[in-house]
Amino acid sequence: MTFLGFPWRPGWLLHPVPSSSAKARAVHSVEVRGRKCDMDLGGRIYKGRAPTRPSESPTTLWAILAPPKGRMGIVFHIGRYFLLIRDIFSRPERMRLYLRRTVEEMDLLGVKSVGIVALLSVFMGAVITIQTSSNIDAAWIPAYVVGFTARQSTILEFSPTIISLILAGKVGSNIAAEIGSMRVKEQIDALDIMGVNSAGYLILPKIVASMLMNPFLVMISMFLGIFGGWLAGVGTGIVSSVDYIHGIQYDFDPYTVTYALIKTVVFAFVIATVAAYQGYYTRGGTREVGISSTKAVVYSNVVILIANYALTQLLLI
Amino acid sequence: MIQVEGLSKRFGDLQVLNGIDATFEKGRVNQVIGKSGSGKSVLAKCIVGLHKPEEGRVLYEGRSFHEMDDKEKRGIRQEIGMLFQGSALFDSMTVLQNVMFPLSMFADMPPSEMEDRAHQCLQRVNILDKDALFPAQISGGMQKRVGIARAIAMNPKYLFCDEPNSGLDPQTSILIDDLIKEITEEFATTTIVITHDMNSVMETGEKIIFIHDGRKWWEGDRDELLNSDNAELNEFVFAGSLMRQVKKAMEKG
Repeated sequence: MTFLGFPWRPGWLLHPVPSSSAKARAVHSVEVRGRKCDMDLGGRIYKGRAPTRPSESPTTLWAILAPPKGRMGIVFHIGRYFLLIRDIFSRPERMRLYLRRTVEEMDLLGVKSVGIVALLSVFMGAVITIQTSSNIDAAWIPAYVVGFTARQSTILEFSPTIISLILAGKVGSNIAAEIGSMRVKEQIDALDIMGVNSAGYLILPKIVASMLMNPFLVMISMFLGIFGGWLAGVGTGIVSSVDYIHGIQYDFDPYTVTYALIKTVVFAFVIATVAAYQGYYTRGGTREVGISSTKAVVYSNVVILIANYALTQLLLI
Repeated sequence: MIQVEGLSKRFGDLQVLNGIDATFEKGRVNQVIGKSGSGKSVLAKCIVGLHKPEEGRVLYEGRSFHEMDDKEKRGIRQEIGMLFQGSALFDSMTVLQNVMFPLSMFADMPPSEMEDRAHQCLQRVNILDKDALFPAQISGGMQKRVGIARAIAMNPKYLFCDEPNSGLDPQTSILIDDLIKEITEEFATTTIVITHDMNSVMETGEKIIFIHDGRKWWEGDRDELLNSDNAELNEFVFAGSLMRQVKKAMEKG
């Protein structure tokens, strides 16, 4: 059955659409003994027309959403992602064990990320200050604008978004690799056979830990970013300490911090769930675990950027 | 007792299992044998519910597993112990923590009692002195024994062993086979062993099912296995030189 030009069938949200045509390859026309024939890339000549596939690359929205058999479409992954989320939030078997695992994950995903967050924040704050200062040429612009710009950039965008992208790399790959390894070593099957809700047991503590710890990391980043700007500004003499501190206090709106923390919590959820999804459905061996890990970072970065735009539109405009 | 009725499983266009009917009896070591890729591991995974069959059903004491709701399925799964081909021990937990894991998830007992129970299980498989080590610090044979200890921690009614001897030396294989047999008798479990190791079949096989091309090709006991005139079964059983010598010796009387 077709509807709006799409080959509609029951269960299309969860299952890939079967391939529509044969195993033909790309062909081009040749002339053999005065007769037009098709020849494929392997040099095989057909009498008349070869069985061709319309196109190897998807050209319609439907083809992108539901590609030929063997490749899963975006719709399939989105559907399966939400089914996984449902399983994750189903009732835990032993709350005490989940709490213990959450504390362990808070240490692993949060506390152990403080170092990289601190280092990045200090240097990024310093760079923002120097770049702002070097771009202000007009004499009528007051010196405190450097501090003001460093504060606004750090709180609104750098700390919540850039640090979340960095955490997607560090924490996201860690989550995908850990869960993916458990999948290929049959440890997740072992949990399922014991009657444990493997999705909930493995992933829920990571989501809760990320959503609790990332706002703290971002607050540390905000403080250290602004501090790094002060160090660079005062240290190099491009702005005085008084002007910088006046700038970071000037026209401060506490809502910007609230906005940044809301973004951070959403990004934390995205990092943990997208990475866990990639790990949980890993198939194969160690190579596939690596691929899942890479996909976890790439896809969570893409989703973070899209969510960043949507949240900014919703919360700031 | 576990019954399998008309079980069929397909992956894409590949028909892996085709109308399997079998009964696995309580207190006996039921062995499923067959070539690599014949579908025996898929059969085990369908029975424990890791794969959903397209057709047929699996009955645990007469109750159809795939028609149960999630709560009932979890109840059945808590009665299942499984030893995986690669042991599937949790890397980040010690041997003791691995054995205690199902207890800490489902048993209503204080931690000290759980620890005692885990120690009993480890003692049963003769590996008590390794309880503080991590899986990576012990040998493959020991990992299998820890896997058995974890599988029996909850006093299972059903024990599944997927290729319990793979990657083990002959002596350790015999040790694992004996352990499976003893545990089956001791706990009166319905034990299903998936294997293609003929030594293991001759050691412990009480009821043997031969899977070929996704179908149940043959069923019988050890003596019947050696005297069968089924061509595909004979090709599989007597592929090794040792088994061929056994056959010759039998023919000479």
